[in-house]
Amino acid sequence: MIAYSLRRLIQALFVMLAVALISFTLFQFVGDPINNMLGQEATTADRDALRDRLGLNDPIPIQFLRFVGNAVQGEFGISYRSNRPVSDLILERLPATLELAFVSAVFAVTLGISMGVYTALRRDGWASRVIMTVSLIGVSLPTFLIGILLIYLFAVELGWLPPFGRGDTVDLGAWTTGFLTTSGLRSLILPAITLGLFQLTLIMRLVRAEMLEVLRTDYIRFARARGLPNRAVNFGHALKNTLVPVITITGLQLGSIIAFAIITETVFQWPGVGLLFINAVRFVDVPVMSAYLVFIGLVFVTINLLVDLLYYAVDPRMRIGSPVGR
Amino acid sequence: MKKNISVIAMTAMASILASAASAETVRWARSGDSLTLDPHAQNEGPTHNVSHQLYDPLVYRNLDLELTPGLATEWGVTDDPNIWEFKIREGVTFHEGQSLTADDVAFSLNRARHDNSDMKGLLSSVVDVRAVDDYTVHVETDGPNPLLPNNLTNMFIMSREWAESNDVETPQDYAGGEETHAVRNANGTGAFRLVSREPDVRTVMERNDDYWGADIYPMEVSEIIFTPIQSQATQVAAILSGEIDFLMEPPVQDVERLSQAEGIKVETGPENRTIFLGMHQGKDDLEYSDAEGNPFSHREVREAMMLAIDADTIQRVVMRGFSDPTGAMLPPFVNGWTEEMHERPEVDTERARELLAEAGYPDGFDITLHCPNDRYVNDEAICQAVTGMLGQIGITVTLDSRTRSLHFADLQNGELEFYMLGWGVPPLDSDYVFNFLYHTNTGDRGSWNFTGFSNERVDELTVGISQETDLEQRDEMIAEIWEIVNEDITYLPIHNQVLAWAMRDDIEFPVQSENTPMFKYMEFTD
Repeated sequence: MIAYSLRRLIQALFVMLAVALISFTLFQFVGDPINNMLGQEATTADRDALRDRLGLNDPIPIQFLRFVGNAVQGEFGISYRSNRPVSDLILERLPATLELAFVSAVFAVTLGISMGVYTALRRDGWASRVIMTVSLIGVSLPTFLIGILLIYLFAVELGWLPPFGRGDTVDLGAWTTGFLTTSGLRSLILPAITLGLFQLTLIMRLVRAEMLEVLRTDYIRFARARGLPNRAVNFGHALKNTLVPVITITGLQLGSIIAFAIITETVFQWPGVGLLFINAVRFVDVPVMSAYLVFIGLVFVTINLLVDLLYYAVDPRMRIGSPVGR
Repeated sequence: MKKNISVIAMTAMASILASAASAETVRWARSGDSLTLDPHAQNEGPTHNVSHQLYDPLVYRNLDLELTPGLATEWGVTDDPNIWEFKIREGVTFHEGQSLTADDVAFSLNRARHDNSDMKGLLSSVVDVRAVDDYTVHVETDGPNPLLPNNLTNMFIMSREWAESNDVETPQDYAGGEETHAVRNANGTGAFRLVSREPDVRTVMERNDDYWGADIYPMEVSEIIFTPIQSQATQVAAILSGEIDFLMEPPVQDVERLSQAEGIKVETGPENRTIFLGMHQGKDDLEYSDAEGNPFSHREVREAMMLAIDADTIQRVVMRGFSDPTGAMLPPFVNGWTEEMHERPEVDTERARELLAEAGYPDGFDITLHCPNDRYVNDEAICQAVTGMLGQIGITVTLDSRTRSLHFADLQNGELEFYMLGWGVPPLDSDYVFNFLYHTNTGDRGSWNFTGFSNERVDELTVGISQETDLEQRDEMIAEIWEIVNEDITYLPIHNQVLAWAMRDDIEFPVQSENTPMFKYMEFTD
């Protein structure tokens, strides 16, 4: 167990190092931050002085080593644009993104599972057909278009919900929350739907397919033969066995909800880390960009690591198959 | 008696209405946020826009771009031509209660001259600023500087006491990544005081009821909530749904729709920015072209290109009417502009082909045009149109459009030979254009002249006008430079940008051509 965990951990470390290398080298090619930092009246001497001060004249390997060394300590330097420590900026914006990701994950999982079960049990009903057809939209339309359509319908035409922003927030010290105010909750609805729609359809289709598979198996037939009520068969036996792959996929999707929040946050001007990243790109704010990529890498690697370790705990076959036993 | 009661009732009603009208919150949006509240740390439009509400300069440009008294009531050159005298307004207090004296003004101008300051370039001729008495300031320059006040319109005045007690006597070292008290706090004399500031998220300002100009300006806005919104579709949705009241620079393709929407109107006006193309005429051979020699070094070629570009079509098709086609390299309200320069030559592809043949390129040539795609209004689309138009006379243009950070980096490294650029003229004087775009590029002067254009007479006159105090003489010198450079066709001007501001239709707020909204001027119709 220890050896297995260690191996996974070392792999994770290598992945992170690779992510760091990619995010670092990528930004050697995104343009010159100096231009955005100095006004158009700056002279050549001003530019050179600034490059020197930012360490942009050092050889690339040295810049990379400095980058990794600082990153390990959670230091990503100072944002070129807002002049504040990048780690502060990210921590400040994180609550907005996490709350949005949480709400859309809850939305996607609850609705996804219930609609998946429904369409599996009543596969020929007209409601199922409608759901299946509409869900195609969720899979095929790009997020930004869904966001704009929702804004147009619910904010511009109907005027029910705000088209942008986070509404009023309550400051709880290290965390600002939009859960405690009406305008905060209303502001959450449209972006959460936009962000969760794809995951919802994915989960729904997965649950439906798995469920149909399970319903055909022998033990379900035997359960029915025993005269168990439909409810017990469908939910007690079928659904439970359906959920194993669903949980895995959902866990991994949580990472992408956080990462893909960039588009949703831009469309809704949601003040989260995704928007921070987009702003950073516009201003060639290299420290923020690299910190964000490393952060997203860390989210994915951590979730993967946890899932791997969970498998080991849950699935006995992993233990038998592992080289340690041989 | 009965009549009296109704009069009283009506007065009471009126006063209720009046106070209701004066409690107007304006929710303001645009695509970018202020970079810092430190008034001297960044010389950038959106940053100054926010500072203009919180701080006051000595003089500023009003809605008609006239130089208007701010914290200075009078100004003029003293008997010594190198010294400007400013009379400071009396009885002005800062938001935190300090009263304004000449000492604060001298302190602020000197602060703006500090190395960290991004405003120092505008004060480079200044050698000393001193308070002569409580309400008089002398600014000494290294030679006569007739246009000094023009450079002070975004030069904001701080309180020395506040700066000293908060450790912000020097401007924030923006480039070096410094964070100081002045970055997210402000103590100005402006018409609005800062309530809260979350960078990139929201900035709230409330009316300063002790404002010195309380009786001069309408001052009907009681609160400003400023939110940057990046996505253009969201900006439009936000104003259509009534979530914001005032949107600067709505996307041009939506202006038509916004002006037809119920409850919304769009104000437009000329912007202080000319969009043009630059050509490198100084090289022997072009990197981005297979043509023999450098076609751009022939005046005939440059003229042919000018004749081939149909700016009226660009205005109609690409800009949807929101541009002012021009043959001049400066907007109309800048000193030195003439109707004659503004007039574009008639489009004439026949003549253009002849000119190309005369220059030795009867079959045209190929060239790459470099464009930004996120800097100016519809920049990439303009370049696409130009590509087609030049194709008509046999010049095969390959378009390379990229994000502004890459475009401007390559431009400043001198790597581009045919490029798009836009130039605004904040001091409203041709001097600024000559200095950056026409003077031989020596690093110090001509730092945005990437055309290789170099003319001794132009250089001499450019330096000359910065010190000429006889304004008539000076205008003649300006006219002479324009004659030389227009004859040369150094650049291919296309149009001046047109500004648009969208707002709730009960708001009265004409466009200010420097794109600087000053909310103390905003009025409401009922």
